[in-house]
Amino acid sequence: MPTIARSPSTRRAAVIGGNRIPFARANGAYAQASNRDMLTATLDGLVARFGLAGMRMGEVAGGAVLKHSRDRDLTRESVLGSRLAPTTPAYDVQQACGTGLETAILVANKIALGQIESGIAAGVDTASDAPVAVNDDFRRILMQLNGARSLADRLRAVARIRPGQVVPEIPQNAEPRTGLSMGEHAALTALQWHVSREAQDELAAASHHHLAAAYDRGFFDDLITPYLGLTRDANLRADSSVEKLAKLKPVFGRGLGDGAAATMTAGNSTPLTDGASAVLLGSDEWAAEHRLPVLAHVVDAETAAVDFVHGSSSHPPDGLLTAPVFAVPRLLERNGLTLQDFDFYEIHEAFASTVLATLAAWEDPAFTKERLGLDAPLGSIDRSKLNVNGSSLATGHPFAATGGRIVATLAKQLHASGGRGLISICAAGGQGVVAILQATS
Amino acid sequence: MSNDTLRDLSQNPLVRRLRLPRIPVLRRHSPGAPLLTGPALVGVIGAGRCAEPVRALLNDAGVPDADAEGKVAAVVLDATAARTLDDLAAVQQFLTPAVKRLAPGGRLLLLSPEADPTDAEAAAVAQAFDGLIRSAAKEVRAGATANLLVVSSGAAIESPVRFFLSPRSTYVDGQVVHVGAAVGAAAAEPVDPECPLAGRIAVVTGAARGIGAAIAATLARDGATIVAVDIPAAGEALARVANQAGGTALQLDITGVGGDGSTAATRLIAHVKERHGHVDVVVHNAGITRDKLLANMDADRWNAVMAVNLRAQLTINAALLDDRDLFSGTGRIVCVASTSGIAGNRGQTNYAASKAGVIGMVRALAPKLAERGATINAIAPGFIETEMTAKMPLGTREAGRRINSLRQGGLPVDVAETVGWLGQAASGGVTGQVVRVCGQSLLGA
Repeated sequence: MPTIARSPSTRRAAVIGGNRIPFARANGAYAQASNRDMLTATLDGLVARFGLAGMRMGEVAGGAVLKHSRDRDLTRESVLGSRLAPTTPAYDVQQACGTGLETAILVANKIALGQIESGIAAGVDTASDAPVAVNDDFRRILMQLNGARSLADRLRAVARIRPGQVVPEIPQNAEPRTGLSMGEHAALTALQWHVSREAQDELAAASHHHLAAAYDRGFFDDLITPYLGLTRDANLRADSSVEKLAKLKPVFGRGLGDGAAATMTAGNSTPLTDGASAVLLGSDEWAAEHRLPVLAHVVDAETAAVDFVHGSSSHPPDGLLTAPVFAVPRLLERNGLTLQDFDFYEIHEAFASTVLATLAAWEDPAFTKERLGLDAPLGSIDRSKLNVNGSSLATGHPFAATGGRIVATLAKQLHASGGRGLISICAAGGQGVVAILQATS
Repeated sequence: MSNDTLRDLSQNPLVRRLRLPRIPVLRRHSPGAPLLTGPALVGVIGAGRCAEPVRALLNDAGVPDADAEGKVAAVVLDATAARTLDDLAAVQQFLTPAVKRLAPGGRLLLLSPEADPTDAEAAAVAQAFDGLIRSAAKEVRAGATANLLVVSSGAAIESPVRFFLSPRSTYVDGQVVHVGAAVGAAAAEPVDPECPLAGRIAVVTGAARGIGAAIAATLARDGATIVAVDIPAAGEALARVANQAGGTALQLDITGVGGDGSTAATRLIAHVKERHGHVDVVVHNAGITRDKLLANMDADRWNAVMAVNLRAQLTINAALLDDRDLFSGTGRIVCVASTSGIAGNRGQTNYAASKAGVIGMVRALAPKLAERGATINAIAPGFIETEMTAKMPLGTREAGRRINSLRQGGLPVDVAETVGWLGQAASGGVTGQVVRVCGQSLLGA
């Protein structure tokens, strides 16, 4: 029996660079663009930046949260429409807002195992071109009609059509198991952790200021390719301030407690957004062979999920967006690190309150002991290291595109400043994806 | 069909019966097409030494010698030995019957000597070719062109001769180009004429659209690896250009300063070094207009035009000269100037000053670069059909198109072909020159 030539090995995948299109507010600049249009343009921008035209990549992993039924194998179809070699395989991933980071982890893991030398992780979402479907009752009748073998069967099916069935199925921004919107869930968590309106508005203003400053110093010149006339994120308000944000009326949590609990506004929550992002990953050897830079390495990643529906006898249900609270300590322990061992923190700003509740949970001795099983809390972080180039409150949050935005942004920052960075992304369905990136030297 | 309706109409058989002047359809280069579509007539005055290499070149390219009569696709006269008025008379005796035989789209190429300052008659004769060729260029018909190479001894004439005979030079007419010995080391291996830029790294600024996009595409067609540069806001079009050329896109404001205080030139060079290690060709194509009459000009308009059109070129060139490893042994800088910089244009004091400044810079840098085996040249496009000219008022556009010897506007690819020629390793004999791509426009003639 011949011996297998390849011996098992692991190595750290390199983040080589990224590309995204500027994010647009829903029904704005990209109102007429489909997920496939945006993802293809984003891949082509990446191809142009790194000279990948006609090249066969190891794979492209991508995905979207809001998908049309026509978007079967969305990523593969986008690859075929792009300048990448058509021999590049691709597959779709869906893990709510964690999709973008999860694709990066999947590609990085295959590189780490030596199964591929290069790959692209991508994500895209549109809230403007959302999949409005035929009414479910009507759809069943159509299926019955399709399966009918006799005229009588057909007539029976047609006879079940009712006027009310003209109302289409519209995708809901609500959790199927609780019926609550993501914002309402976040409001519950904000209340639980006593996150103040002021703290949320401060975080939102900082996000806008950091993003604007990054644009002004040309930080995004090699991270973004303009699309359909948009050159900067449409949601960015460079002149945002705590005072202006304080004037906005709360939109979530208005039914909670005495009304004073309602702290979440359109200013400290992310808007519905359209956009796409992609990250180029590879082995160090592949990067060197193609004379491409290594911005950072993917050190490790962890995914967690919480029970936000039922809870248990000892504790109430966890917050929908709190899974990173559980994922990060597991990741830290595995790597022998503390929460303070990072130079940059990228905590996805689904809502300002989510970031603040996450930090509060890590600082809380009782919670960390009871729920995380730790002797001491993770402690606080140096807030000047948090989301230094802006995050979702300023850029907007096209669900599956956020992970790629963060990975590329952090990797470039690490390349410039050195050090180590922590990424934390909360997701619908009570999930959370976290990862560590480290500069090359 | 082109966007030149009058030219298309003039090709119509019915219109031709009205005996209206016919606007020629110019032959342009396509890969695999022959250098010339018919025989070439080669003459020599006295002991000229260029005729033989020219015949060898034509022979290599499969161009037959002309018979005693019949149409010819090209007339080449080696007059490099002409020193007296009698020699000049012999030039006329050769050219008069030869020009009659020139086929539509033909090429008249004269090779003349550099002026000898110690001999007044020889100097006069040398200069006489200038007037001769500019007039002949206005006389030859049906898309034919006439150009002059002023040749010094030991000059590397092959690359310019090939260019001016080929359809690549279709919109270059009435030009006088000095050719000397090749700077730097002689080109090592013979170049494939189909792929004269094979293996060369070319940076093209302002590459997202118009002439810059055509330069990127044409240089890539000829084998170059393209680094397409434009401002970040033009990134979408830039990516398309880079991908079509199989090159890379670099979103960079060439007038900008980075977050760490680095100049755009530093960042451009760092990028090229990281990705390619060196650069062979730098094409300064990026340019802007901010038109205003001088009486109404403000400092912002003036400075913006100078920053992009001139200062960025100066800064990048200085950085290239400073870095001893970056520029390859056959480095080529090609700067896009404009006929406005030569002839001037109402409302364009800033633009014309910047473009004339480019010409001054080219002449000053040529000797410095020659020490490094590198050349620098300027190209001055005339009326080139772009999105910009398509938006001009009809009258202005028609005037711009027709006031040249070819009676039509040029195409971006015509500028690009000239850039590609000057970017070749084999073009080391041409430096410090200003080549107009203008169909011998009356402006700046």
